[in-house]
Amino acid sequence: MKEISVISGKGGTGKTSLVASFAAFAENKVLADCDVDAADLYLVVQPETIYQESFSGGGKAEIQEDQCTDCGLCLQQCRFDAISYPPSQNGEPAQIPWVNPIFCEGCRLCARICPVEAIAFEPAESGLCYISKTPYGPMVHARLGIAQGNSGKLVSLVREKAKAIAEKESRDYIIVDGPPGVGCPVIASITGSDLVLIVSEPTLSGRHDMLRAAELTAHFQIPTLLCINKWDIHPETADRIEREARQLGILPAGRIGYDPSVTKAQIHKTSVASYPDSPAKKEMHQVWENVIKTLNKSETG
Amino acid sequence: MKKRFNIAIASGKGGTGKTTVAVNLAVVLADLGKCVQYLDCDVEEPNGHIFLKPDITSRSAVTVSIPEVNEEKCNGCGVCASICEYKAIAVIKDKVLIFPELCHSCGACSLLCPEDALVEVDNEVGELETGESQGIRFAQGRLNIGQIAAPAVIKAVKEAAQDCDIVILDCPPGTSCNVIEAVKDADLVILVTEPTPFGLNDLYLAVEMTKALAKPFGVIINRYDIGDDEVINYCNRENIDIFMKIPDDRRIAEAYARGDLVIKSNEWLNELFASLWDRIRIYLEKVSADHNGDFEKRKTEAGT
Ligand code: SF4
Ligand code: SF4
Repeated sequence: MKEISVISGKGGTGKTSLVASFAAFAENKVLADCDVDAADLYLVVQPETIYQESFSGGGKAEIQEDQCTDCGLCLQQCRFDAISYPPSQNGEPAQIPWVNPIFCEGCRLCARICPVEAIAFEPAESGLCYISKTPYGPMVHARLGIAQGNSGKLVSLVREKAKAIAEKESRDYIIVDGPPGVGCPVIASITGSDLVLIVSEPTLSGRHDMLRAAELTAHFQIPTLLCINKWDIHPETADRIEREARQLGILPAGRIGYDPSVTKAQIHKTSVASYPDSPAKKEMHQVWENVIKTLNKSETG
Repeated sequence: MKKRFNIAIASGKGGTGKTTVAVNLAVVLADLGKCVQYLDCDVEEPNGHIFLKPDITSRSAVTVSIPEVNEEKCNGCGVCASICEYKAIAVIKDKVLIFPELCHSCGACSLLCPEDALVEVDNEVGELETGESQGIRFAQGRLNIGQIAAPAVIKAVKEAAQDCDIVILDCPPGTSCNVIEAVKDADLVILVTEPTPFGLNDLYLAVEMTKALAKPFGVIINRYDIGDDEVINYCNRENIDIFMKIPDDRRIAEAYARGDLVIKSNEWLNELFASLWDRIRIYLEKVSADHNGDFEKRKTEAGT
């Protein structure tokens, strides 16, 4: 079983549309949407949820008003400015401090140091994790609660579940739709993957972000391929990105031209794979073939 | 110090044109004679510099504090490992192991170590750069590869803001901790989206986040003619102001690809962005009519 993570560095390069097509091309796979902050894959693969569980990224502190003596110690010590005196209805600041759950990082420091033990600390639900049936096979996806942190932990949970399904059902591939950026959710999405595919676009921003993503995969020593989407918007930049990627040991897996049917497919809640005459479909298929080839090569070599 | 007016440019989904809006708005405002500070808070992938081409005049490391063990004082009791909520400390055979990449710098371990054996030391997680670009004050942060402490870098960028009328915060995409760190001091949030199902889904999440933070906000629809009407219908239904609609235009895409400011090569876009500022002012008047004097005062100080 092989795990392929599709990431982009820069958002909006067409990563999810590509993953949706891979879903149609690949046989015997599990899909994992690890872009938990902006989980969009479910919009184009018609999932039917068969299982869901709530996810807790950690605990949150809560001050019990009737026990608090307003000594102010927690306010002083909280490193995340999560504790304050909120204005009450009459405009005056409240008498008792309050923990803003949006800013609380769940370190529990306040609860441990409160001299009268007035601070409760309970696990907080910060998202939901789903297993769904789709016409393309099982999919694990998630939804992070509004203004919740710790997406890295939720990403790890999604991958764990996908792996369990893949093992149980002897699936050949796990295809991961990763988040943008190079920070904690991306790291959680790629560590231990067999292959990373970076989807870039031929712009200076795309180039800059591809280089950062490439640095990240090199840091974790994960074999990496590159795909440039909408390459014909600026062919020279596309050439340059591929050239620079090669120097970093990242080979191109193919290029995809600008094709309005990609957006059209999204609006019709499907992938471009269901548009037989679309040029993007053929190009995406080629990218997938190259991904498979590279995976098989790394197996024998 | 004068109160600055903070405008955060955010989007649930990446690649919707957030940076295009942020840099071009900054330049239009500077052209109108305002003192503008641009802050690139997208520290995982900072791109604003590509368009503003600033002269960087200072660089500094961004650090967070992490614990370090004083072996002489440590008796291996294991209290630190048991209180760290992020499993960033382990005690194995009386030896303390610290995993800096898991540490959230909460300070609990050093504060609560019974032997006073943990001290906090600086750990570099990113870089802060400041400078100037055509009269615009510029600052950007860059998270070091392999690090996770993006919020700390964003905080450093915000603290680098100088005295001026308007601060433009170019935020990271999404709705989680990084975005919240960037948006939490904003006086106004502009959400940039696209008229597609992905754009709508991510806009909805971004709106919910902005509401949770109780911020006034409006929407910009980029490439408004590529998709369907669902985003507009949603905004109308929810009574959300649409500040601007940018057409899908090859000239914009090309200028973006080259790293140019679109308003510089296209007069009509310059006008479009100038009218964005008018729309924002109208919106602010509407909001301040519903709110108290504080907002009114800050708005006047921003020169609106
Ligand atoms: S648990 Fe930590 S972050 Fe949350 S309020 Fe207490 S001290 Fe602050
Ligand atoms: S500072 Fe907080 S997060 Fe870091 S090791 Fe100590 S207890 Fe853990």
